[in-house]
Amino acid sequence: MYRYDAIDKEFLTDRSNEFRHQVGRRLAGELSEDQFKPLRLMNGLYLQLHAYMLRVCIPYGTLNVAQVRRLAWIARTYDKGYGHFTTRQNIQFHWIKLRDAPDILDALAEVNLHAIQTSGNCIRNTTSDPRAGATAEEIDDPRVWSEAIRQWSTLHPEFSYLPRKFKIAVTASAKDRTAARVHDIGLALRRGRDGTLGFEVMVGGGMGRTPFIGQTIKEFLPATRLLSYLEAVLRVYNRAGRRDNIYKARIKILVSSLGAEEFGRQVEEEWAQIDAARADLPDTELARIRAAFIQPGLEVLPPVSDSYEAARAANPALARFARNNVSAHKAPGYAIVDVSLKAHDATPGDANSDQLEAIADLAERFSLGDIRVTHEQNLVLPHVKQSDLPALFEGLVAVGLATPNINLVSDIIACPGLDYCALANARAIPVAQSIAQRFLDADRAELVGELKIKISGCINACGHHHVGHIGILGVDKKGEEYYQLTLGGSGAEDASIGKILGPGLNADQVAPAVDRLVEVYLAERQGEERFLDTYRRIGMTPFKEAVYVDAH
Amino acid sequence: MSTLIKYTANGATEIENAFVSVVDGEPVPQGADIIVSLGRIKAEGEALLASGVRVGVQIEPAEAVEDLAELLPRLALVAVAFPKFRDGRAYTSATLLRQRLGFNGEVRAVGDVLREQAYVMTRCGIDAFVPADGSSAAEWSRAAGHFRHVYQTAADGRTPAYAEPGRR
Repeated sequence: MYRYDAIDKEFLTDRSNEFRHQVGRRLAGELSEDQFKPLRLMNGLYLQLHAYMLRVCIPYGTLNVAQVRRLAWIARTYDKGYGHFTTRQNIQFHWIKLRDAPDILDALAEVNLHAIQTSGNCIRNTTSDPRAGATAEEIDDPRVWSEAIRQWSTLHPEFSYLPRKFKIAVTASAKDRTAARVHDIGLALRRGRDGTLGFEVMVGGGMGRTPFIGQTIKEFLPATRLLSYLEAVLRVYNRAGRRDNIYKARIKILVSSLGAEEFGRQVEEEWAQIDAARADLPDTELARIRAAFIQPGLEVLPPVSDSYEAARAANPALARFARNNVSAHKAPGYAIVDVSLKAHDATPGDANSDQLEAIADLAERFSLGDIRVTHEQNLVLPHVKQSDLPALFEGLVAVGLATPNINLVSDIIACPGLDYCALANARAIPVAQSIAQRFLDADRAELVGELKIKISGCINACGHHHVGHIGILGVDKKGEEYYQLTLGGSGAEDASIGKILGPGLNADQVAPAVDRLVEVYLAERQGEERFLDTYRRIGMTPFKEAVYVDAH
Repeated sequence: MSTLIKYTANGATEIENAFVSVVDGEPVPQGADIIVSLGRIKAEGEALLASGVRVGVQIEPAEAVEDLAELLPRLALVAVAFPKFRDGRAYTSATLLRQRLGFNGEVRAVGDVLREQAYVMTRCGIDAFVPADGSSAAEWSRAAGHFRHVYQTAADGRTPAYAEPGRR
């Protein structure tokens, strides 16, 4: 894991002091709310329906034990005892007082956490693979490049007042767990024919009211030229991106209006003029960052643990957990464990202080102190010995975190919705809960298999509904909450934008409709097809007919 | 005359602004140092530059600073405009003036110029400021120099964290 040295620590102290000073000026009336707003946003502080919300950055979704314990303490001390993990691998606290914010940032800085650039029209936290450094699938460790981007983008002077927010994802496996194609820039690590590392660069993906899948503008960018190329992309965007309309200000609109080819040409032209020696990281620095991610402590183990195999055979609950939440690790005898934050009666992505502390303890005992956050609002313990899995499972059961539903119908992404958010048109959390309730039968959920449901409480699409296999969008129709269903979206390597199923539904019609969609899939599926595959093969009509049969 | 803050590695000082901003279409005052628009310098550049006064040009966010390339050696300053503090295009203009066009004269921030942006402005190579919030030179200096470390190269030439001797 990357360790902050004295320079990183002093930087966070300076940032924290700066914000304390700015809050003081705001509370004294020296700054107007209009002047203060971008400053608090760049420190992750939003004004929501009921209170301030503080969004804490979790760089590329990686946490250590001390950090998780501190998040638990902050939730208990300054919030109502819980935090909400987001689709950007961050955590947010929804019940914060402005006057407490500087103290919270100090407490975060003590464990090398911060809220820098978790909001505002700047470069946001880089998304990466929660299995980085643990999966055998990866071409390279994407955290190396994510950390390089973190440093480069932190208070970048030229790119702190962009037309709109800017999100970058780095993925390194054929299976994309970062939603790279719906980021402003998606970077997919590739190995060139000569064995060198490079990136496929995709730009202009995004969701919101005009969703786009990112388009490739460079097939193979030599990895060592990453920062100069990012500089070129950001500079073209900073100059040419629209600033007259907030809804047309993202890079996706610029790429769409110019065409990806022309945008790519402008980037190349700009890139050719940048002094690589100034802009690109020296090899020594890349090597320094890389060294920080070499995982110490992995033991040489037999590929199969007999005690684990026996425990699994004896305990059906453990066996179910193993089927759904445990994946292969690159090291023999180890496993990657997904920890679901989607219990059927829970708010998707929420964890309370007790749970956070339990996760920290379990990670310390069983996962080399490493904890990851996924963009699907779950946690990952990436380095667990198979022989420790039974004990870990019991530990998770004890705090309600052993829900065996990863990638299943109840593993739902949902934004905070109208329960918290000032922008929302409709609630998202109760809808997620009603679907989870409907699929309580775990055998049936497993029979259905991978099914990604994503719910947004408004068109800003924080719940990624556009890329849900089933997407659910809350809309306001004459003061009433309605839900529009979309089918066929994907945020993974086979990215696509979902298509609208039909007229909007009431809140209590959503779960039954999902049930009917699932029944159509179960009746129609061939072989190993996922819901998404069946939809792509047979099209919208059978699904539509099943949901709206009563309307005929 | 408005106050101008000049910022150097040794800190910030307040000086009198000797330049008059000339609105397009209005006559140029005799004998005064002037700041004119990009359009005007393109149209009347030779006459203005031959008149013996110091000449600066103001670049608006939508204008390409590269258009000044040939004139730069003869300009006393370039003013980059911030019609709103949120409009970040001038950061690119200033950066390109320093890094690409090699301009060593004054780059001045005008418009909605606030102390909260002193740090990023300075890092982009802006070295003169007409603050809109009444900031003193001392306040400006404190805001601009607040961070002991920087993470990336920029037009101010500061050593990034990765090149600091203490990096571990």
